[in-house]
Amino acid sequence: MTAAALGALALVCAVGAWRFTTARWTYRAPRTAILLWQAVGITWGLATTGALLAYALQPYERGVLGGLGAFAASAATGGYGPRDAYDLPHILAFIAGVSLLAVLITVTAAAAVQTIRARRRHRALLALISRDDPEVPGVRVVDHPGAAAYCLPGLRSQVVISAGALRLLSPDELAAVLAHESAHVRERHDLVLLPFSALRRVLPWSAVVRDTQAMVELLIEMAADDRARRFCSPRRLATALLRFGTAEPVPTPHGALGAIGGSHTGVMLRVQRLVTPGPALPRRIRALALTLAVSLAVSAPLLWLLPH
Amino acid sequence: MKGLGELERSIMDILWAQQAPATAREVGKHIADRDLAPTTVMTVLDRLTRKGFLHRTRDGRAWRYQPAASRDAYIAELMLEALDLTGDRSAALTRFAKAVSGDEADILRKALTELEEE
Repeated sequence: MTAAALGALALVCAVGAWRFTTARWTYRAPRTAILLWQAVGITWGLATTGALLAYALQPYERGVLGGLGAFAASAATGGYGPRDAYDLPHILAFIAGVSLLAVLITVTAAAAVQTIRARRRHRALLALISRDDPEVPGVRVVDHPGAAAYCLPGLRSQVVISAGALRLLSPDELAAVLAHESAHVRERHDLVLLPFSALRRVLPWSAVVRDTQAMVELLIEMAADDRARRFCSPRRLATALLRFGTAEPVPTPHGALGAIGGSHTGVMLRVQRLVTPGPALPRRIRALALTLAVSLAVSAPLLWLLPH
Repeated sequence: MKGLGELERSIMDILWAQQAPATAREVGKHIADRDLAPTTVMTVLDRLTRKGFLHRTRDGRAWRYQPAASRDAYIAELMLEALDLTGDRSAALTRFAKAVSGDEADILRKALTELEEE
């Protein structure tokens, strides 16, 4: 019963994610959409592993979490327990469920560790070669002709801009870019992205996972644009975006992958909603999306705890 | 006295400007802050070596230090990561926008001209 419910929930999440990657209302309420994405992601993981474990532990009649406890107790005392807990389908489901759960957790943890290391190296290099500029107080400047502006996240996040970007932008545009980057710093968007990038490592061939990650990346940029437009001219933010998009590509040293990333669509979508903002998403629909997010996020843990 | 980070920076700058590997004494001579204790210079050189930014070789009783890579190489490394050209997204930076090329860039260029004319 629990197994079927969790299985259905996993299926709903997978199909929902697939439909959701092409939804366009999300551009009108990026923050709500990001929350919904996070709920779908975590629920999918818990529901898929939970469904496998619920089936495997059915003979104990204690639900998922209780079943795990009963299984551990019976294993510790010499394997006495319901006989049919050890037939082939139940054992296979158990192994699959535990392995999937372990892979999801370890890959996310490994991704986090690798990210922290890469950032530490990046931070150390920045400390050695970046400089202050009186024109942009509090921002690290790297002397390079390419156009780059980014946020190095961490406990003390740093906004970094290249000398090329400083030359490219007018003062108003520069203010807009910095407002956008401070939004990333403030809202810790890197933490939002981390589990989605990790999932992409677990399932690199999945188109849904790839589209999901790209969509969450775009929504995060839109959320930062929305916050920035409160402090700067949206039009200047739009022209800054277009200037970055058309900046001369950086000459890449031999050996580095030189593929200029992505297409113009992401930039164009952001420009359009900055220049001609559509009507805000009706409050009713936003509330509906939030309710859906909350019920999804609550349902999977509840089903794990359910004793039957 | 300067902060440790700033001292690391100026010592790297000194060593990048040198043609040949330098000893702690030689580095000390180039530092503007004359009151700096020689042991402080040694400590910073040691720290930078442990972080992998300097290589050192024995020369009699002293060590000679030289940068592991040029300043430009480090700048290039940062920029590649900043522009997401390294292939992986290890540092997971949030970038303002990425450059596109060819026809894609033409579409953006046209939009930019239109926005500027209005």
